[in-house]
Amino acid sequence: MKENKETRAPESQKGHTIEKPKSSEGIGSMVSIEINGNKFSVPLGTTILEACKQNQIHIPTLCHHDDLCIAGVCRVCLVEVEGMRTLQASCAYSITHSLKIHTTSPQVRRARRHVIDLLLSEHYGECYSCVRNNNCELQSLAKEYGVDKFTFGHVSEPLFEEDNSSYSVIRDMNKCVLCKRCVRTCIDLQEVGVLESINRGHETRIGTFLDKPLADVICINCGQCINRCPTGALKANDPSDEIWQAIDDPTKHVVIQTAPSPRAAIGEEFELGPGHSLTGQMNTALRRIGFNKVFDTNFTADLTIMEEGTELIIRLYKALVEGEKQIALPQFTSCSPGWVKYIEHFYPEYLDHVSSAKSPQQMFGALIKTWYAQKEGIDPANIVSVALMPCAAKKYECNRPEMVDSGYKDVDYGLTTRELAQMIKESGIYLPEMEKTHFDDPFGDASGAGLIFGATGGVMEAALRTIIELVTGVKVENVFENMNIVPVRGFEGIRYAELPIEKVGPVPEILKPLVPNWDWLKGATLKVAIAHGTANAKKIMEDIKAGGKFSECHFIEFMACPGGCLGGGGQPIPTSQEIRAKRAEAIYNEDASLPIRKSHENKHVLDLYNDFLTDGPCGHISHKLLHTHYTPRGKYIA
Amino acid sequence: MLVMEKNSLSEEISKLVDLYGKDRSSLLPILQGIEKNHKYISDFAQQEVARLLDIHPVEVYSVVTFYSFLTHKPMGRNVVRLCQTITCDMFGKEAVAKAIERELGIKFGETTKDKKVTLEYANCLGMCDQGPAMLVNDQVYSHLTPEKAIEILEKLK
Repeated sequence: MKENKETRAPESQKGHTIEKPKSSEGIGSMVSIEINGNKFSVPLGTTILEACKQNQIHIPTLCHHDDLCIAGVCRVCLVEVEGMRTLQASCAYSITHSLKIHTTSPQVRRARRHVIDLLLSEHYGECYSCVRNNNCELQSLAKEYGVDKFTFGHVSEPLFEEDNSSYSVIRDMNKCVLCKRCVRTCIDLQEVGVLESINRGHETRIGTFLDKPLADVICINCGQCINRCPTGALKANDPSDEIWQAIDDPTKHVVIQTAPSPRAAIGEEFELGPGHSLTGQMNTALRRIGFNKVFDTNFTADLTIMEEGTELIIRLYKALVEGEKQIALPQFTSCSPGWVKYIEHFYPEYLDHVSSAKSPQQMFGALIKTWYAQKEGIDPANIVSVALMPCAAKKYECNRPEMVDSGYKDVDYGLTTRELAQMIKESGIYLPEMEKTHFDDPFGDASGAGLIFGATGGVMEAALRTIIELVTGVKVENVFENMNIVPVRGFEGIRYAELPIEKVGPVPEILKPLVPNWDWLKGATLKVAIAHGTANAKKIMEDIKAGGKFSECHFIEFMACPGGCLGGGGQPIPTSQEIRAKRAEAIYNEDASLPIRKSHENKHVLDLYNDFLTDGPCGHISHKLLHTHYTPRGKYIA
Repeated sequence: MLVMEKNSLSEEISKLVDLYGKDRSSLLPILQGIEKNHKYISDFAQQEVARLLDIHPVEVYSVVTFYSFLTHKPMGRNVVRLCQTITCDMFGKEAVAKAIERELGIKFGETTKDKKVTLEYANCLGMCDQGPAMLVNDQVYSHLTPEKAIEILEKLK
């Protein structure tokens, strides 16, 4: 695969970026240093910050983030290095020879306090009216350094207007401290490139191309910048006021669908630490808040597998058996609205590769205002459909003009994990203490396959569990231990797997109208790939453009956010690789504990096909309600 | 912008990219080339440079807004930059500034209606021993007096 230019840092600075020292073995690779009079030995090239962290010495940071390359712009992490004329930013200082370092000398303490005072002198806002109150890194720093007055003054009037043009992300530059985390997130981690610093000197601020509002630039709404902003300068567009209003209105039937990732992370908002699944507790809390029904988005995740899987089989059949040349393969997943917007902007010529199946959120929206409304005898006009998502882009997705196939706005509001946690707290509920309850019928509890959609590789695993069984007739658990398709799991940015189809079984009833037999797949090898984070998606897309190995894949899962949905822009803050891994663990553990773990065994889904989508997966009704089209947008702004 | 204009601009930028290379470090000379030919770097030009260097338009915009000698708004045919730093100020920059504003009928940061002159302040031009100093396009003038400044402006086309 062709290597792309990976970071913005020039070659000479690459040693300073996220890469950790490769090996601590071999002669001369360790350096002995002295921190505050204590001797330590660290691998050559370690930064002072890293060395201190390894040895339990705390250094405050602000612009530093484990997911991002080093910037060294905030100067909060200053330390004294003997022999250097000035204080050094410990995050950006690689240790290349023996050093004597002081992290708490009077000079260091005074300088850090001054840096914090200076940051505060340009930061407008009152903590108690800020969405990040009690979860703000600037606030914590001020507390850590005992700031009791504004030594260099404080902004008394807002200098900038809030940019709330976007459905997903709101920018309030009054609260920005120019740490450039959002810039590094957007350019390095996501390769979207919405934000950069503009102007110079004291006029510097973070801005978009031509200073346009966020809604008018090429933003994919992933919200990763929100997750990494240390202050409240970036936040999600919060619909909870409207949702409260709907709940309080007795004429409205308010239903909520909950995605798999929020339940694995919402505990973090209640001081539980990452890695606790609170599915049952959340169901109870949602009913107590006043939602009339609580549904499981995993149901439509299962449905997505049926629709998207069928679509893949149709594409393969047309390409391999009927020899149609214009069939677009590999097929790309369409669950991630950030990814969908990304490809609409950056690779519009590949849009016919994207599965036409809607995302689980939008499928559910279309079903609630049609099938569910019919079944329950409720006027769809009175249904308010809320979607609890780990995602900022879902807010944009539900506002797409084409998402009205039920005759109404399919999903009214996208709510993030953070916003729901706020609503729960506001209702006086302590979530972890709630009793566990199930999801409401007619959609019921879904399968583990739907649940793992929340982790990167999950959609692929869910699809494979179903495809393997439907095609080969062999139980997945006989192929992969405990049904865990390990080759597609993990956190490597890009993963690739091959599955040889050695034997085929009979065609199951539900697919009989589409294919006569499976003989054409016998001896074939199914090639799949997975990418998470749009920077990784870009690598795969460039490889496909160049005709590399990924162009020979059959099915590729793309997720816009690092880690998949569990690392989404609506998830609790902070985020790090460690936190995301714990959330994934919680999701996979819950999956392992469920009785049904394959989408095609979800009996509610089969009921839906018997009862409503009577012409089967990818049939006429499902095409009308569950499939969509995309808009080529391109990269140019007029 | 007309399609033909866009095409010729694209072609021109491609040539600059061929000349200076596709590295990030080529960004400045390419932008300077565009600035020289067009007196400003249009929105389209910025996006085109970004596409050819495989970077993001906002990064180009960031660089353009950082440097005073790169501009993203159309400038007049001539750009007059008066030094505003302390030594020129002490040599009597203020009187020169007033005279220029009166002569051109515009304030600093503005362009005359006939697009003849854009007037700006500059920071130190390095002529501290000969102040007040000003830069007219690429030409430095020093030891300015209000009369001398007006004389220089009158010669502009």
